[in-house]
Amino acid sequence: MTAVATSRRRLALGRFWRSFRQERAGMAGLVVLVAAVLLALVAPLFISDGVTSVVSGTGTKWAAPSLAEPFGTDESGRSVLLMVWWGSRTSLFIGFLAALLSIVIGMVVGIAAGHFRGWIGAVLMRVTDWFLVLPSLITALVLAAILGGSTATIIVAIGITTWPSTARLIRSQTLSVEARPYIERSKALGGGHWHITTRHVLPNVAPLLLASTTLEVASAIVTESTLAFLGVSSNKTSWGTMLRASYDFGAATQGAWWYILIPGLCILAVVMAFTLVGRALEAVLNPRLRKAGA
Amino acid sequence: MTLLELDDLSVTYRIASGEVPAVRGVSLKLESGAALGVAGESGSGKSTLAMALLRLLPRDARVGGRILLDGEDILTMKWGRMRAVRWAEASIVFQGAQHGLNPVQKIGDQIAEPLLVHNLAKPDQAGKRVAELLEQVGLPAWRARSYPHELSGGQRQRVMIAMALACSPRLIIADEPTTALDVMVQAQVLTLIKELIAERNISLIMISHDLSVLADVCGQLAVMYAGRVVEHGPSREVFHEAKHPYTRALAAAFPTVGDPVSRLAPKGLGGDPPDPMDLPTGCTFHPRCPVALEECATLDVGLWPAGDSRTAACVHVRAKEEAS
Amino acid sequence: MTETETSSETVATGHTTLLEARDLHVEFPSRGRRARAVDGVNLAIGAGEIVALVGESGCGKTTLARTLMGLERPTSGSVVYDGKELDYHSKALKAYRKVVQLVLQDPMGSLNPRHTVYEAVAEGPRIHGLSGEREIVAEALSRAGLRPPERFFLRYPHELSGGQRQRVVIAGALALNPKVLVADEPVASLDASVRGEILALLLRLRADLGLSALVVTHDLGLAWNIADRVAVMYLGRIVEAGPVEQVLTAPRHPYTQALLSVLPESPERIVLTGEPPDPTRIPGGCRFHARCQVLASGRAAEAGVDAKCRSQLLDILPATAAARAACHYAELSA
Repeated sequence: MTAVATSRRRLALGRFWRSFRQERAGMAGLVVLVAAVLLALVAPLFISDGVTSVVSGTGTKWAAPSLAEPFGTDESGRSVLLMVWWGSRTSLFIGFLAALLSIVIGMVVGIAAGHFRGWIGAVLMRVTDWFLVLPSLITALVLAAILGGSTATIIVAIGITTWPSTARLIRSQTLSVEARPYIERSKALGGGHWHITTRHVLPNVAPLLLASTTLEVASAIVTESTLAFLGVSSNKTSWGTMLRASYDFGAATQGAWWYILIPGLCILAVVMAFTLVGRALEAVLNPRLRKAGA
Repeated sequence: MTLLELDDLSVTYRIASGEVPAVRGVSLKLESGAALGVAGESGSGKSTLAMALLRLLPRDARVGGRILLDGEDILTMKWGRMRAVRWAEASIVFQGAQHGLNPVQKIGDQIAEPLLVHNLAKPDQAGKRVAELLEQVGLPAWRARSYPHELSGGQRQRVMIAMALACSPRLIIADEPTTALDVMVQAQVLTLIKELIAERNISLIMISHDLSVLADVCGQLAVMYAGRVVEHGPSREVFHEAKHPYTRALAAAFPTVGDPVSRLAPKGLGGDPPDPMDLPTGCTFHPRCPVALEECATLDVGLWPAGDSRTAACVHVRAKEEAS
Repeated sequence: MTETETSSETVATGHTTLLEARDLHVEFPSRGRRARAVDGVNLAIGAGEIVALVGESGCGKTTLARTLMGLERPTSGSVVYDGKELDYHSKALKAYRKVVQLVLQDPMGSLNPRHTVYEAVAEGPRIHGLSGEREIVAEALSRAGLRPPERFFLRYPHELSGGQRQRVVIAGALALNPKVLVADEPVASLDASVRGEILALLLRLRADLGLSALVVTHDLGLAWNIADRVAVMYLGRIVEAGPVEQVLTAPRHPYTQALLSVLPESPERIVLTGEPPDPTRIPGGCRFHARCQVLASGRAAEAGVDAKCRSQLLDILPATAAARAACHYAELSA
C-alpha cells in the first residue's frame, strides 16, 4: 500500500515539475540559480581564501578587463573574477541562512498567531506589527553595530528584521485554512494544537512558504550587500564588500567601471533568478493565482 | 399560447479530456403564464438547461437543437437582440443570492441599473420604480439604501427577484431559488413567486432538486436524469404517482411528515448519479434502478405516453402502453 | 407549571440518559452586544436513541451541538456525559472526543483535500494512538458502506461522489468506536437520491452498534425519517420536545405548528412574517410572541393569556421523555 502511496506522491511531483517547466522565466531563473550555487560550492576545489588577500595580489592595479584578467583587477591588483567567485560563497551563504531564519520565525509566529486566536494571537500580531514598522535596514545596522561584525551577526540582523511580512502572510493563510470544516472535524476527533498545526495547517501553508523563501533569499542577498556597502560586514569578501571597496578606493574616479559593475551584475543576476523562481513557484503552487493569470 | 419551446436541445461541453454531454435532447413546451418545474440532481443537466435558455453558457459549450421564444430562435439570434431579450423578456434568478449582489453597492442602485441602462426609466423616476419593485417583493422602500450585507438571506433572495422583475419580463427562470434558505423563509419566497406568476401573468421555469417544492409551485413537472427528461406531466400526478422509478426515488427523498410508510424508513437509491463522461449503456438509470430488467442494460427507451398528457422513459411504461 | 426540575434520570422508556445538556447557556459577543445563542436548554439523549434538533438558522442549534461536543464552552450550565460533568481539561476532553463524534454538513469541506481516504479515516485512531490502524480503518469503511474498503484507501476526496465523501466522514467517526454521533445537517448538501441511503446508514449503525445520535437539521421530514424524539428550537431555547409521532403529527407550540404548515404537502399554511429573530435582542415574555400567529389572531386573547405571552417568561422545559411545549396558550389545554 505504501508503494502505491509513494508512487502517487511521485506522480504529484511529476505534475508539479511539468507545470513548473511551463513557466519559462522560472526555468531561466532556475538555471542561473543552479549554476550560481554549483559554482559557489565547487569554488574551494580551485581557489582559496587567498584570492582575496591584498598581499597575494600580484597583478597590476586597476587593470582593465583583458584576456588574462577577464574582469580586470582592483586597487591591490587582485583578480575581480576570482574575488567575485569567492565572494559568491559569502553572499549566498548569508542570503540562504538569513532567509531561513526569517522564514522559520515568520512561520512559527504566523501559524501561532493564526491558530491561537484570543490574546496570544493578538499579542503576537502586535509584536509582528511593531517589527513591521521598524525601519528594517536601520535596525539591522544598529543590531550589527551592537553585536559586532561577524557572519552570524549579519544573518541574525537580517533574519530578525525581515520575518514580519512572512508572519503576516502565513497568518492569513493559516486563518483561511482554520476556517475549513476539516479543522473542526479534526478537533472533534480529539486532535490537539500540535496535531492540527502540523497535520493540517503546515502542509497547506508549505507551498506558500517555499515560494516565499525563494523571494526572501533574494531580498536577504540585497540586504547583505546594502549592509556591507554601508560598512557593516563580516570582514569576509562578499559582493557587497566589493562594492564598498570599489567606492572606498574611488573606482569611479579611476575609471574602473568593471570593479563596480561586475559585483553589481552578480547581485542583480542572482536576485533576479531567485525572484523569477519564486514567482514561478507561486504561480504553480497557488491555483488561485494561476487562474487569475490565465 | 406557447411562450417557450425547446426542441431537441442538446449541450455538450468540450474539455481537455473529451466531451461532456450535459443535456442530451430535451424537448419541452411552456405556455404563457404557466409554470414548469425541472427536477434533477447534480449532473442531471438542469442548470445547464437554465443557462442555455439565455445563452449564458461558457464558450466551450456546444448547443444543438432550437430554443424558441415566441417563435424566435434564441440560439441564432443576433447579439444585440439577445441582450434585449435578456433584460426585457426573460430574466434569471440564481440560487446564490449571496454572490449575485455587489457587496459595495446599495441595493436600490443595483435594482435601478438595468432600468437606466435600457432607458426604461429616467434617473429621477428610477427611485420610485425601485420602491415599487421592493414593495412587490415584500420589502420596505427604505431598504433601497441598504447594502447587501445588511440584509438576511431571505431578503437578499427577494432583492434578486426584484432585480429579475425590474424590466417586467414575461419569463423568469429560477435556478434553485430557495435552496439555501430556511423553511420559513423558503415558504415566504415561494408564496411570493406563486403570487407573482398568478397576478402578473409571468411564466416561470423553476429548477430544483426538491420535487415537493416544484409540485407545490409549478403546474407541470419535468424530471431530468443524465441530461434527459425521463418523466413529464402535471406536477401533482408526477409527484404522487410517479411512473419512472427515478421520480419515485426523488419523491421519496422528501417524505411527507405523518406518512407512516416513511417513518423510520428513509428511502434512497443505491449508487451515485452517473458521470456524464461515462454514461451507462442502455437506459442510463439501469445501474441504480430497483426494477431494472435485463434488457435495460442495452435498451434505451425514449419517452412514452404514460397516461393523460404524461410521458415517461421506462421500459415498464412502454410495456403497459403496448399492452393496452 | 410545577416542573422546575432541570435534570432527569431517564429520558424515554428503554433509554438511559447518555448525553445531556443541563440548563445550558452559551453567549457570544456580537457587534458590541451579547448574543445569547443558547439560552437555557435541557436536552437528553438516551443510549441508542436518535434525537432530532430542529430549528431555523440562527436559532442556536449548531451552537448547542458544538457545545455538546465540547467545541464550545458554556457560559453557564453543563454538559453531562454518562452521569459525569464534562471536564474541559485537554486530557479529559480528548478522551471525551473518543466517545462523542461529529459529522458535519459539507463532506467536501470536512475532508482535507490533501489526505487520502485512508489518512482521513485513520486520523482519529492516530490521534488516540490506537493499534491495528489498518484493520480499524477497513472495518470503519465497510461499516459505513464503502466496500471493499481497500478500493477506497488511496482515493482522494475529490475523486469521490458526495455520498461517498459523507460515508468517509462517518467512517472517520466510527473508527473511534464512539457511543454518540452528533450530526449537523448530515444530508443537506447531498443529492436527493443519496440522502435516504445516508440516513438509512445512521439507522443501521444504531441497530448494529447501539449508536446514539443527535441530528441537527432544519428539515422536519428528516426528523420524521429517522428520529425517535424531536426537539424544536427557537431563539436559543427548546420550545417543544417529545416523541416524533406526537410532536410532528399533533404539534402544540404555535412555532412547531407553523414550521409544519409550510411543508409543501400541508393543507393550510401559516407563513410567519418577519425574518428569523436576532439572538442579541431576545424579546421579553414568550420569546416567540412577536411572530406568534396564535397571539396575532386573537385566540390567545380569547383564552386570556395574551398578557402573559407578552410579559411572563416561560420556564425552561425539562429534559423528559414526554411531549412538552413551552407555550402559555398550549398549557391551557394541557
